[in-house]
Amino acid sequence: MSQTLFDKLWAIHRVGGETGGADLIAIDRTMLHERTGAAALKALASRGLGPIAPERVFAVMDHVVSFKEGRGKNESRAPGGDIFITETRAMAEAAGIHLIDSDDARQGIVHVIAPELGIVLPGVSIVCPDSHTCSLGAYGALAWGVGSSDAAHAIATGVIRIKKPQQMRVTLEGVLADGVSAKDVALALIAAYGAGGGARMAIEFDGPVVRNLSIEGRMTLCNMAVEFAAFTALIAPDDHVVESLKGRGFSPDTADWDAAAAHWQTLKTDPDAAFDKEIIFDVSAIAPMVTWGTSPEDAIAVSGKVPATANDRALDYMGLAQGQSLAEESIAGAFIGSCTNGRLSDLRQAAEVLRGRQVADGVQAVCVPGSKSVRRAAEAEGLDKIFRAAGFSWGAPGCAMCFYAGGETFAPEARVISSTNRNFEGRQGPGVRTHLASPATVAASAIAGHIADPRGYLAEAAAEPETEAARS
Amino acid sequence: MTPFTQHTGIAVRLLIDNVDTDQIIPSYEMKTTGQSGLSDGLFAGWRYLDPAKRVPDPAFALNAPANQGATILIAGENFGCGSSREHAVWALAEFGIRCVVAVSFGEIFHGNCLRNSILPISLPREAITKLTATDAEPLRLSVDLPHQEISGEGADAFGFEIDPYGKRLLLEGLDPIGLTLKERPAIDAFHAADKARRSWVYR
Ligand code: SF4
Repeated sequence: MSQTLFDKLWAIHRVGGETGGADLIAIDRTMLHERTGAAALKALASRGLGPIAPERVFAVMDHVVSFKEGRGKNESRAPGGDIFITETRAMAEAAGIHLIDSDDARQGIVHVIAPELGIVLPGVSIVCPDSHTCSLGAYGALAWGVGSSDAAHAIATGVIRIKKPQQMRVTLEGVLADGVSAKDVALALIAAYGAGGGARMAIEFDGPVVRNLSIEGRMTLCNMAVEFAAFTALIAPDDHVVESLKGRGFSPDTADWDAAAAHWQTLKTDPDAAFDKEIIFDVSAIAPMVTWGTSPEDAIAVSGKVPATANDRALDYMGLAQGQSLAEESIAGAFIGSCTNGRLSDLRQAAEVLRGRQVADGVQAVCVPGSKSVRRAAEAEGLDKIFRAAGFSWGAPGCAMCFYAGGETFAPEARVISSTNRNFEGRQGPGVRTHLASPATVAASAIAGHIADPRGYLAEAAAEPETEAARS
Repeated sequence: MTPFTQHTGIAVRLLIDNVDTDQIIPSYEMKTTGQSGLSDGLFAGWRYLDPAKRVPDPAFALNAPANQGATILIAGENFGCGSSREHAVWALAEFGIRCVVAVSFGEIFHGNCLRNSILPISLPREAITKLTATDAEPLRLSVDLPHQEISGEGADAFGFEIDPYGKRLLLEGLDPIGLTLKERPAIDAFHAADKARRSWVYR
């Protein structure tokens, strides 16, 4: 019988079970971070339970670590956050699981380092008590976000009991215009179908646009699936994905490589497999997008106006009015980073806009690479110099200003443009007004001092020959 | 876990769509690595005029005198979307909430409810409108999990769906880990066979 990629992944991991429609699904890897993982480890320890396979559990410090350069090992950006760091460290060590500590050269945001280290691979099942675990579906993995209790369940039993979700295919057709990125596609899709548009579905992204996207762009797309209320997202692995994983820390070694690569070749949807729902989405007309409200579905083209249907609660919070053009309001902050857009290609796109330019007066501009590996790679090609020269601070890797954990942030009512994934009330701090956009749009807006279209800057940059070096 | 069978209680209307877990428990209210001490921070950004000083906002539904002691929350679409933090459910449970009624739920939040003895009920918007269309203050609702029904005082009952595994967890107050550990032989057999198929996963 014809199967979807998701059907295949489910079948590979199905142990059996069937207690009231729920399957037992084997979990190949569990990742934890100090914000929610500590609770999972604590729940286990308090019951005297340990990991069934500690070598397949990974804890990383990313959420509340300080993003100041030269941070101390326990230094947090949130008051009292050091407890999460020290307790997670102690419990991880006691449980004998892998620990990627704040001072480890491999450290970074959990979803950014998973592929860097070969922890995520095509065909593996991987969970983490973090909703953006869906990002890892870009590698053809069965990856989804769970609560702390389910993470503890996976660690203690090696499985999760779960009902198979329904499936949706989103076929992206057409050609992306210059200056338009995976982030813009994700925002346009969520705006078109609503923040509940993919509710409880396993969504396979497919089509020519997806195949032409970089792996990093695919991760951005899958990352935003949870903002579409999806169970998770996934993309069939191709040769680029397979090549990219060679020699990474936890990737198959040479003895296993051929068998693994041959298995990965089979991980695709059969031609006539059926989905519960299909969306065909043409990306050709998509412009750089930005959100105006407090849900990711509140997205419009950067040059657009706040819709007449905008609800009062969101408008009140954001300090905007129906029909208003977003470029009218000046911005106070710009943030580039996060598991959505904190990878090397994201920093390159922003740097292309920033090269030789200055952030506008009154804008606090912050760039925090998603991992130490991203930071090193960016520095090797001189991107840090471009960011710093433009007036951006250059932070130590972690989630940083993606979410407010207490501690330093933008001022209440500050208008902030951000390459992150959530514009919820208070997400970046009490009263902070977050506008989601691509890294290029964040960079362009930081320079303009108001929400701005990056394409003008990119066109100028393309006319200058020396920018080619940064792009290649 | 506390089993859930029948329950009658005061229901608070929070009829907003897309209430995310950052609102239910703001990150700055997650002060320890444990599961307790969270109820004070429940909806802190909305419940208090000043979260730092804990000055209640009288306009927020949970603060209404009639709603004190509430055990049921009624919301709109996509309730509990966003962050996976189980702390949102632990805060609700510690506050005394036993049941959340909404048009739809965030997927991870929904699963977290079932694992913490909170019954998530999805109902069409029209049904929620009917259930909440009364001047009686407070609003009292009765939930019958075995029969999968919810009703207001003297009003129609509405049926709801729940998957059998979730229902069993709630009805019997089961511990999911204990339940699964009983299947350890099958899990071990799977791992042994799978190791032969996908050796690289088990390095
Ligand atoms: S970067 Fe933001 S969205 Fe991503 S894992 Fe960290 S806090 Fe969550």
